[in-house]
Amino acid sequence: MVDFGFGLVPSSRINLDLFDKDKYRELVKIEPDARICMACGSCTAVCTAGKFVHTSLREAIEDILNAKNDKALESLQACQLCGKCSMVCPRGINTRHLILSINKVYSAK
Amino acid sequence: MTPLLYLLAAQAPDPEVIDRIPSGFSPFVLPFTIGVAFMFSWIGVGLIRLLAAIPKSDRIKFAKSLFIPKTALKNIKDLFCDCLFHVKIWQRKPLLGYMHSAIAFGWFMIIILGHIEVALFVPARLNVTRGGLFYPIFYRYFVWMNPGHTTLRGAFFFFLMDFFLLYILSGIALAIFKRFRSIVLGMRHTTKPSLADRVALYSLWMIFPLRLLAESFTADLSGGSFLTVPVNHFWHFLFGDKLWFMPTWWAYSICLGLFFAAMPFSRYMHILTEVLWILLRNAGIEPNHPRKGVAEAEIYACSSCGLCLDACPMNVQKKNLKYSSVYFIRFLRRHNEKKINDIADKCLMCDKCHALCPVGVNAPALRRAQRATVNNAIPFDYSYLSTASGSTLAGETHATLGTVRGGTGASLCEASGGAERSEAVARPRVLPETATGKVLYFAGCMTHLTPRIIKSVEKVFKAAGVDYVFADREGGICCGRPLMLAGRKEAAAKVIEANKKMIEESGCDTLVLSCPICLKVFKEEYQLQGIRIVHYTQFINDLIASGKLAVKNTGEKIVYHDPCELGRGCGIYLEPRAALGQVGTLVKASKEYDESICCGGSLGSLTLDMKDRGKISESSLDSLLANDPQTIVTACPLCLKTFSEAVSNSKGPRKDVKVKDFAEVICG
Ligand code: SF4
Ligand code: SF4
Ligand code: SF4
Ligand code: SF4
Repeated sequence: MVDFGFGLVPSSRINLDLFDKDKYRELVKIEPDARICMACGSCTAVCTAGKFVHTSLREAIEDILNAKNDKALESLQACQLCGKCSMVCPRGINTRHLILSINKVYSAK
Repeated sequence: MTPLLYLLAAQAPDPEVIDRIPSGFSPFVLPFTIGVAFMFSWIGVGLIRLLAAIPKSDRIKFAKSLFIPKTALKNIKDLFCDCLFHVKIWQRKPLLGYMHSAIAFGWFMIIILGHIEVALFVPARLNVTRGGLFYPIFYRYFVWMNPGHTTLRGAFFFFLMDFFLLYILSGIALAIFKRFRSIVLGMRHTTKPSLADRVALYSLWMIFPLRLLAESFTADLSGGSFLTVPVNHFWHFLFGDKLWFMPTWWAYSICLGLFFAAMPFSRYMHILTEVLWILLRNAGIEPNHPRKGVAEAEIYACSSCGLCLDACPMNVQKKNLKYSSVYFIRFLRRHNEKKINDIADKCLMCDKCHALCPVGVNAPALRRAQRATVNNAIPFDYSYLSTASGSTLAGETHATLGTVRGGTGASLCEASGGAERSEAVARPRVLPETATGKVLYFAGCMTHLTPRIIKSVEKVFKAAGVDYVFADREGGICCGRPLMLAGRKEAAAKVIEANKKMIEESGCDTLVLSCPICLKVFKEEYQLQGIRIVHYTQFINDLIASGKLAVKNTGEKIVYHDPCELGRGCGIYLEPRAALGQVGTLVKASKEYDESICCGGSLGSLTLDMKDRGKISESSLDSLLANDPQTIVTACPLCLKTFSEAVSNSKGPRKDVKVKDFAEVICG
């Protein structure tokens, strides 16, 4: 791309054509809760792993919707499955299974 | 036939028993012999395969265990109590226990007594080449009582054989009754039999009535006692002098043959596999695969008795019956991967089915092994743990060292300056004489989300003057148990390693935990040498018992909920109750101790959703509130949160019930 000297920071550029519908369907099938997140961030606020390295379920869910699958996986690779996020999630999302499912679906090439 | 009798009698003057058929063979024994030979070869091959599949070290461990007197004694005890008398079923459902032990023990005795009879009266026939395989089973067919020469010894055996036959028949009658009316034997749910199960089941039902028929038809020739002789008279009365007894013996043999041929494919395989499983279990060998090796013995030791159906808390909803352990094991046997994974993921890992299983099948452990086959491979990056344990983890740990030193008033290291902090990390701590028994308190993730527990624990510690260090005041890392429960063994090992380092470096000699989930994994996986690992209920109970902590009884009506990981998981039932008895009046829950019902919040389940969990919480509440307590007390942060929510969501008088943590109640 020609650099005009201004523009979006690369990391926040979104190309929705890359959105993987099949994988998302698969994810929603094994964990329907993926749809009901309201991006409140409570999960991230209490995250055990998040105290040490960037870890965020909220971001992972958003990244998937923004077609940034690898970034989503990165946001979860430090997760210890401790379950604090499921204790605080106001939507009652089964966060641990969602995390496992995202990992299963999106790390399969 | 009479001349033959005289002929034989002439050969051996006055024997008590005469070998009626010199060849010692009759074609009717074939169905039985073929069936039993098939079964034994099947088992032989299976046993070799199984032993080949377990690691060499385990094989050696197994062989050794058979000669360690303590294990050998336990083996003998377990074989008698579990396989023959089914003591565990007796304790739970007496009628069902009677049924199982009548069939198992009665049959065992008939086989043993049959062999003893042969050994006493026609010893040559014990030889396999001379019919040893079938002769003792059909003894009554092959012999002829020498009239007028029956001794007391012979009569005694006749009596015993009839007695045990009657005993088995009563068990069979109950079994048939149970198939149609299971609730009578105290079972709400009963398992659905498969095809092989049914073949085996119906032939099993028939074997003993047919044995009675066959033996009573020949009782005037081969002798009998209080059961077979009167029945024999009855046949004579019905059919006249000549009884045509061959068909009865054929039918008896065919039923036995069918049963043994169907056995390897049916639930009745457990009769033999159970023996192997008990030996393996007592040798301390654990399955590392859900189906291969030791697990094979384990899944074939399940008798499909269905006790785990009623035990499972998920089964408050009928739709969840299919997730019970008995079906999990059945699908493992059938290699149905999709169903196995679904079932494995659903379970709460509350361990109740394991605790209640009469043969000690550890289905939750098999589920963990199954989860591992899928989840262990998920990539993770815990590199931050190794860097963190140097700086962040240890730094935060030591920052909290000695913030409260109630006992001596001296602080281990002041939490004020960074320099002193790092010094404390580097310097080996030399404790004053008086400060023996250095206590480290680890709250854990869940406790951090329920700060009221931390507050109360610290209050209690202060009141009792406990000299303690708060390991994760600023937040630590997870204990590793949730990862283990999800089958992520490798990831768990990393977390455990990091925590272990932190604890060993702290130099404590007592580790107090407020979360039973942590407690379980610390006890089982950490191998912390020389460190006493206790739950805060135990620790606080000790404080009260030794007079260090004064409490007063408010007379509040309290019901105590046994958290799964604390009760069934670590066997701690009495300490919390002892302490709570000092501050209030304990009332009973309808299910408690090892029968306690999971609160529904368990981290064990991967796929249960909030609605299903809610139903489980409700049924757990029903049990707890059976005797109208004012307060529910639990000793697990997860239970505390789950019950608090369940109570606030419920309607009516239930809303007024208080839910409190153990330490909170002790504080008053
Ligand atoms: S389960 Fe994972 S994402 Fe959730 S709080 Fe624990 S470490 Fe964070
Ligand atoms: S706490 Fe629940 S709703 Fe909120 S961002 Fe996290 S997953 Fe979504
Ligand atoms: S797992 Fe145990 S309790 Fe369940 S059916 Fe099998 S033997 Fe019975
Ligand atoms: S561990 Fe508990 S939830 Fe799981 S199958 Fe056994 S009884 Fe049911």
